[in-house]
Amino acid sequence: MSSDGSSNGSSNGSPTLTLDGKVVPFETGETLYEVARRHTSDVPTLCYDERLEAFGACRLCVVEIEGFRSPVASCTTHAAHGMNVQTKTEKLEKHRKTLMELVCSENPRGVEIDPMRGHASQEMTDLAQRYAVDGTRFEGAQSGQSHPDDPNPMILRDYDHCISCYRCVRVCAEQEGDYAISIANRGFQTQITTEFNGFLKGSECTFCGQCVQTCPTGALADNRALQHTREPGEVELTRSICPFCGVGCSVDIMSKGDKLVGVRPAMDGPANEGALCVKGQFGWEWVQHPERLKNPMVRKDGVLVEASWDEALDRAAEGFRRVRDTHGRHAIYGVASGRAPHESAFSVQKFIRAGFGTNQIDNCSRA
Amino acid sequence: MSNPLRDMEKPDAIFCIGTNMTEAHPVAAMRIKKALRRGAKLIVADPRKIPLAKKADVFLQLRVGTDVALLGAMAHVIVREGLVDENFIAKRTENFAALGEHLKEFTPEWAETITGVPAKDIEQAAIWYGEAANGAIFYTLGITEHICGVDNVQSLCNLVLLTGHIGREGTGINPMRGQNNVQGAGDCGALPNNYPGFQPVTDPANQAKFREAWGVEVDIEEGWTKVRALDECGKKIHAFLICGENTVVSDADRAHCEHALRSLDHMVVIDIFRTETADLADVILPATAWAETDGVFTNTERRPQRVRAAVPPPGVAKPDWWIIAQIAKRLGAPGFDYESPKEVFNELCELSPTYHGLDWDLVAEGRHHWPVPEKGHAGTPVLHIGEFPRGRGLFMTPSYRDPAETIDDDYPVWLTTGRRLAHYHTRTMTGRSVGTEYLVPEELVEVHPDDVADWGLEDGEFAVMSSRRGEVMVKVEATDKSPRGTVFCSFSFSEVPINALTGSGYDPITDTAELKVCPVRIERATTSV
Ligand code: SF4
Ligand code: SF4
Repeated sequence: MSSDGSSNGSSNGSPTLTLDGKVVPFETGETLYEVARRHTSDVPTLCYDERLEAFGACRLCVVEIEGFRSPVASCTTHAAHGMNVQTKTEKLEKHRKTLMELVCSENPRGVEIDPMRGHASQEMTDLAQRYAVDGTRFEGAQSGQSHPDDPNPMILRDYDHCISCYRCVRVCAEQEGDYAISIANRGFQTQITTEFNGFLKGSECTFCGQCVQTCPTGALADNRALQHTREPGEVELTRSICPFCGVGCSVDIMSKGDKLVGVRPAMDGPANEGALCVKGQFGWEWVQHPERLKNPMVRKDGVLVEASWDEALDRAAEGFRRVRDTHGRHAIYGVASGRAPHESAFSVQKFIRAGFGTNQIDNCSRA
Repeated sequence: MSNPLRDMEKPDAIFCIGTNMTEAHPVAAMRIKKALRRGAKLIVADPRKIPLAKKADVFLQLRVGTDVALLGAMAHVIVREGLVDENFIAKRTENFAALGEHLKEFTPEWAETITGVPAKDIEQAAIWYGEAANGAIFYTLGITEHICGVDNVQSLCNLVLLTGHIGREGTGINPMRGQNNVQGAGDCGALPNNYPGFQPVTDPANQAKFREAWGVEVDIEEGWTKVRALDECGKKIHAFLICGENTVVSDADRAHCEHALRSLDHMVVIDIFRTETADLADVILPATAWAETDGVFTNTERRPQRVRAAVPPPGVAKPDWWIIAQIAKRLGAPGFDYESPKEVFNELCELSPTYHGLDWDLVAEGRHHWPVPEKGHAGTPVLHIGEFPRGRGLFMTPSYRDPAETIDDDYPVWLTTGRRLAHYHTRTMTGRSVGTEYLVPEELVEVHPDDVADWGLEDGEFAVMSSRRGEVMVKVEATDKSPRGTVFCSFSFSEVPINALTGSGYDPITDTAELKVCPVRIERATTSV
């Protein structure tokens, strides 16, 4: 070791450790996993979600520390000044491959997991590929039990894929704070259940979808997005903000070509930090609903009929002109939307103020 | 909000009043749950046993519309127990002596007779909020949608000024904005009294600024509120431009509202669906929706953030700013030659002192809380540090008043209205999405099980609910969420147009409708529907 081994920092203030032969700084309180992830992105894990308390269950993130007899889980071990850490020795990689073989034996083999199932749904298959594991080495019993009978149209409960990482249970408890799902039994009988082992509707579940988005295998899946599996094209993500309440959660809108196929929480959204509620997560299908207005309409002989933009805009302008000329400029009133973006509200108030020289303008906040 | 959302995890005492946060602002409520796990005390005041009440250390189940009595009594206890921050009062407030005098009669025992909340619970709540190193208040429309909405807010401000729980991390007075961009609509000047950036229209300097910026004559007087404008339809108001609002269903007193809009000479609606309101229009102009529009929303913590188009709009729908500019140009209004939302937003930034340091490119980072007075400014996450906008904080002395209508023999039940988790406003959106519709497919009026029995109603059966303005048919749900004598309904379902009943009165200062209190009669329906 290059120093006195205390964890209180080197002579220049910030503590350091040696990571795969390189000296790197860290902040007191950080785990080895956090330090390693900043510098090398490929320490594998399945039970880790940075928003949750470290759990140390999957053991994939093990690292070797000089002077320690056996490898330790990096997600539950705090960094200490002067540590000499190896993250990728041959022995570690072999150990990880064996672990992955065990984990994969619990799952249906050779199944592709549609990325639309959820934000983290590819973690398991990605690692299986990395370690060239197909789950045939151990003929394991499969833990978990499907609830394909749950009639809720939002969350698919496909527990054949469950690997008992408890991320869903932990996110529900630690983030959402609703304790809607819990763990029954242990080992291969392990089952993620709702309080009453019944359907999610009627339990404490608020359908926030956070369990779906943290599930590393797609066992819990976004069943609205999955309706669009057959839609051609790749899923594209567009960063935006939820259209419902004033919290302003950041979302990634999922689209395939011209088709809106889902919504996902942005893990780095400042207001929500990866969370959404049922409206933001599952309430987006209205956007491309067949009842959307597609053409302008004007009233003719008492009936609203479709019209061209030119005709409708002429009619709109003409009416305002007529009212201004007969009743004066104060007779025209504008109501801006609290739903539309700034450019809409700004335009409406400017239309009234610059167009008619009045302040006859309000928005919907009084109702 | 005076403080950012992340601060919600930091107070030692949290006081939520008139906010059904787990349903109306669920993701914000998560932060409160985190604070509770850290050991913070939670005080909840609401007429209904809302989900948050179950997590409360003390739950003040007050009769609808009695907030001023409750809050006055809490202030009384804080003064009586010596929990005031004397240093803060001396340095940053005025009118404390008058408040002390005013509060004398607001004893917890008196408040108990008005609010129905046990005096000892009021005392406990006041002591926890008063004692806390950091106390924070959160409220929504349960405070403002009353004839005394302004009094309610002033009563909350008094608690803040007495204790100095403001201008620091984990404190503050925090109204949670309901709609995604209702904060933004105000920021943009869609108000009868303010130009963009809350610049009063009656200030000659502001008039000169906008006269010059837009090259037009501007009015020197404030405009009317929408409530007043609706009252004047067919009299002094003859044309309406309504942008993305289902006025008929969302506003109080539906019959009055429909009648008003029908008496207009000209009505133009810009919307994404043919709503009940659009049906009354002379011209409907189809707008692009969320996920089809580039623009900016500002959330409840004063954070402007970019929204982006991901998919094309249906048919020939166009963005609002384009549509409005086309009409304006046809009327010869200057300054509507915009070619992109960026140009519109940048004009707003130029004219608004709160956005002056922002622009379209910068706002993409979404990291500023306004005010951002100049370029390079980091934004203002916490308001009122060291000073209030008017200098010193002013103690006000609001008195308790009954709601506009009170219960009597004809209308013996209190109706209060609100929102449900799975639905949003008039359901034009959530009613057209499979998941949200699955959770709450129909409206129910929530009635206490004992009242269900006493009033001859039946759980799951239809009842007729009527007020002085109208009546609706609605299915009954027996639940002890509602206290005895008070029932609850949301206004989300057009089939149950609850705002046919509401509209008993308006706050005299803000014209906000008293949607939270309405005496009704409720009887078993003789024929079912
Ligand atoms: S959807 Fe949300 S509330 Fe329901 S089980 Fe999942 S995390 Fe918990
Ligand atoms: S996801 Fe829910 S909490 Fe977040 S902004 Fe949307 S409606 Fe509000």
